[in-house]
Amino acid sequence: MTIDALTISDLGKAFRSYRSEWQRVLSWLGVSVKPAIEHWVLRGVAFSVAPGEAIGIVGQNGAGKSTLLKLIAGTLRPTEGTVRIDGRVAAILELGMGFNPELTGRQNALHAGGLMGFDRRALKEVMPAIAAFADIGEYFDLPLRTYSSGMQVRVAFAVATAFRPEILIVDEALAVGDAAFQRKCFQRIEAFRAEGTTLLFVSHDTETIKKLCSRALFIKNGHLALFGPAKIVCDRYEQHLFGNQASLNAGKASVSVPAKFDPSLTTPACELIYGSGKTEIDSCWFEDLEGQRVNVVEAGQHFVWRYDVRFNEPVDNPVFAMLLKTREGIALYGVDARQLDIRPTSYARGDVVTVRFELSNCLAPGVYYMNCGVRLDHAGGVEFLSRRIDTALLRVIEGAAPTVAIGLLDMEARLSVTVSSDTLVQQR
Amino acid sequence: MLAPNFASAWRYRHFILSSIHTEFRARFVRSKLGGLWMIIHPLAQAAIFALILAELMAAKLPGMANNKFAYAIYLLSGMLAWSLFSEIVSRCLTVFIDNGNLLKKMLFPRINLPLIIAGSALINNLLLLLAILAVFALLGHIPGPQLVWMPLLIVLTMALGLGVGLLLGVFNVFVRDVGQVVPIALQLGFWFTPIVYTPSVIPLYLRGVLQLNPMTAIVQSFQNVMLFDRAPDFAGLGWIFLVTLLLLAAVLALFRRASAEMVDVL
Repeated sequence: MTIDALTISDLGKAFRSYRSEWQRVLSWLGVSVKPAIEHWVLRGVAFSVAPGEAIGIVGQNGAGKSTLLKLIAGTLRPTEGTVRIDGRVAAILELGMGFNPELTGRQNALHAGGLMGFDRRALKEVMPAIAAFADIGEYFDLPLRTYSSGMQVRVAFAVATAFRPEILIVDEALAVGDAAFQRKCFQRIEAFRAEGTTLLFVSHDTETIKKLCSRALFIKNGHLALFGPAKIVCDRYEQHLFGNQASLNAGKASVSVPAKFDPSLTTPACELIYGSGKTEIDSCWFEDLEGQRVNVVEAGQHFVWRYDVRFNEPVDNPVFAMLLKTREGIALYGVDARQLDIRPTSYARGDVVTVRFELSNCLAPGVYYMNCGVRLDHAGGVEFLSRRIDTALLRVIEGAAPTVAIGLLDMEARLSVTVSSDTLVQQR
Repeated sequence: MLAPNFASAWRYRHFILSSIHTEFRARFVRSKLGGLWMIIHPLAQAAIFALILAELMAAKLPGMANNKFAYAIYLLSGMLAWSLFSEIVSRCLTVFIDNGNLLKKMLFPRINLPLIIAGSALINNLLLLLAILAVFALLGHIPGPQLVWMPLLIVLTMALGLGVGLLLGVFNVFVRDVGQVVPIALQLGFWFTPIVYTPSVIPLYLRGVLQLNPMTAIVQSFQNVMLFDRAPDFAGLGWIFLVTLLLLAAVLALFRRASAEMVDVL
């Protein structure tokens, strides 16, 4: 039996506040003082991780993920329970800690590397590798303050991962930086793993966790809600997030279940409404082709996005628009009345119109956000009469026959595999 | 109890040195005189006091009637000691708060932080000492052989500053009022130390209070060594040495208890 890389037993962390700070001082002196409030942010967490395993950690903001990571990294001390670690831990809780804007990239690498406890001589030896990984050219020898934030992240990640740790903790630090560099970071993490590094990875992006990790932890309200295979844990987490029970009973069960409306699938927290006020978008929703309100559709099932616009002032030739985005904010498809060749019309004050976009559904299963708006294209620019950002959530669930292995789109591949010599024979 | 601390500090020596280096570099980057300002400020302050009080105080300096700049020299000696002490105290006061995010997100020996402060304050003070010796030379005063005690005095001042500063620094994390009170207390302390005046000018009943201030013996020793070419006040320094040791031990013990909760409230 091998020794676990990480063993967490009965871990708990409470933030204490006292009626007076002097009582806190007394408690250090050994006087037993009862704290006025003991706020447990994490309690009863126990799990162990084998060497070389990759563990994803999911949970809502404030659930205790970061606290757990800090306890493992050792910057916070547990109130109860223990953390046992075998090997060197590198925790990337935030990129660029200890960086100084006046130092160059190279000097910062030496300086911050020193803060991480790396030996100076070893750092100098790997400096060419750090520079190569950061890949920012001559900027590496210019002061950090001249960098773009992306460049800072590159140097910071290059330094933080200059040496392979036994345990690597990454707290959403990779959410920044451009996509190409993110991929490079993941490649390095994968390379570490291949050499036996244990990975703890916090992310809101369940797709990445499913891709990167074998198992996952779901932290809910400071407790370990679930620990198991990454796919199952991520699904349960999303189910908790979006409150959709039926759709998660996997593809088979939903075959017979018609597209439906899930009232809990809303975006009150992130919706943004603004505009000049000449129009108002009273309501907006998805519906199926029969006109029934939905927000859960099967992959491949076409749907309609519609919204009602009320005109508070007379408006000539408004442009109606929509935009579908991923959770990360990547625009998937946007279109407006100009492309769709709608005849320009003028509207009077008090008019109410219904805008209806009928859409083909080639989305992979997942959660998507919808924007809608009305604008006026002037000669000088664009005036938004009203706009609702992230106003509705659409959940696409797997249909009868799942076709998407990974990604955002279902491109409806038709696969044929032929042996080339046979082809020749047939052609002859 | 101390050994592991110093072992880890040694392991991080390059980081400590590069932090001090970075601090100085940052000071020089955008200003023409850069780090020189650290010297110019106390010198200018001394010049102002000298300008205003020289006439009043000159006669009060025993045995220095032959040098008309005696008061300026007296002032500078005291200022040297006080600036070292107050710089360390005021920086230690906020060291944990200023580095709060670092403490929460990186694991490194905490002793590095005060050592960086001590190192950078020491370099400042040595530069100030050189500047002051240059001014002395201009004023026609060459300090005598008693100057050999300077390293000892400087180390003792630093140790006292670290003890006081870190003690307050830990409390400041929990009760932020401490950070507001200390600068005022330092101002008061400055005037309760014979830097600008000699003890002989103040009423007798207040001189006892003066002796309760540990900085009094230190400042007087600086003056002895730099101006009067007399040995430091060893009796006075002896008990300060003891107090400092106790203080540092207390800080270490306090820090051990408090450090876990410190990161919680930062």
